[in-house]
Amino acid sequence: MSTSQTEPNKGELFEFLCRMGDNTLVLGHRVSEWCGHAPVLEEDIALANTALDLIGQTTLWLDLAGKVEDAGRDADRLAFHRDVWDFRNLLLVEQPNGDFGQTIMRQFLFDAWHLSQLTALMESSDAQIAAIAEKSSKEATYHLERATDTVIGLGDGTDESHRRMQNALDLLWPYVGEMFVADAVDEAMVAAGIAPDPASLRPAYDTLVNDVFTAATLTKPQDDFGHRGGKSGKRHSEHLGHMLTQMQWLQRAYPDATW
Amino acid sequence: MVVEKPSLETVWGWLHAVPDPEIPVISLTDLGIIRDVQWQDDTLEVTVTPTYSGCPATTIINLDIETALRGHGIEKLALKRQLSPAWTSDWMTDAGRAKLESYGIAPPQPAGGPERCPRCKSTQLEKISQFGSTPCKAQWRCTDCLEPFDYFKCI
Ligand SMILES: [Zn+2]
Repeated sequence: MSTSQTEPNKGELFEFLCRMGDNTLVLGHRVSEWCGHAPVLEEDIALANTALDLIGQTTLWLDLAGKVEDAGRDADRLAFHRDVWDFRNLLLVEQPNGDFGQTIMRQFLFDAWHLSQLTALMESSDAQIAAIAEKSSKEATYHLERATDTVIGLGDGTDESHRRMQNALDLLWPYVGEMFVADAVDEAMVAAGIAPDPASLRPAYDTLVNDVFTAATLTKPQDDFGHRGGKSGKRHSEHLGHMLTQMQWLQRAYPDATW
Repeated sequence: MVVEKPSLETVWGWLHAVPDPEIPVISLTDLGIIRDVQWQDDTLEVTVTPTYSGCPATTIINLDIETALRGHGIEKLALKRQLSPAWTSDWMTDAGRAKLESYGIAPPQPAGGPERCPRCKSTQLEKISQFGSTPCKAQWRCTDCLEPFDYFKCI
């Protein structure tokens, strides 16, 4: 559908695909850190399966990124051999797990954005992107359903669980704004019909999270200040580098090791 | 070695005998993940769609397809991955659903939850967790016989 005038250059498209893949990679790794540590067995299994879905989606995004870049890097190469400043994930997803409530709140804030982003990407002018979005959206729907139920259950739960969920919301809300701020890469994607304008997803997001917070008896912080620098790669938080030392050590210590 | 190309019907029959690696009671064709089988000149092209994008069984499934077809003398083989349309549990065959239930796994339902306990057939059920032992399953419990069971998620 797009004309040659609006087609993004290879670099911009690569950048966009890395953003999608790095979000699911970093969050997937974070969630996998719970494996064997969750409060109850069912949650342990749920978190591990969520992580698995996210890592699977990562493979699809980063494989496509590697093909677009055409420089001989596949998904593994991109995941395990880039340094912290080359990552393009949102600051939200690199935040530490904290307690279980913080992990669930981070998941909810991400899932609510992720599902609407994927739903919009299903209409992408790029057929491969639309196909990955279609596949991923089924999993994201399920993740959002679970995160929503859990946020409500814990928010409107005991005094202790309510307090922890409110703390988590206060802590993580400043990382929400970054999801909706457009830069040159986003503008190129919009012009090519590849991806939606990030700001266009905000009203539905606000409606959804407000409804859930009301049901969860949680209060959204008044201040709408938003940290930035994750998706542009300009300024990651100190947590990402520490995470990568764990995630990448095997491939860095034994390059190209395989099973 | 193969002097004549086997018919597509024959190939489907071979694939029907390949079990799902995680739920071996059903076959890959019961699961509905084999979307197409075609001859492209003398290469057999098999189109497979993943159930979940991160399902670890996906690579094993491809290996099992290849092993089975090579065992039947297919030399030139291409496995294609298809993402769209995305796999849905609606593609599971009725025979597959019946086999799942007799194995103790409640088959997927459009309503989003199991229809009945796979053991005592009671409809008094409660959800334990949205996730189960594999990405495709959730955990439920029967409040009559009190047995927990796996439910094959509807997606
Ligand atoms: Zn029962």
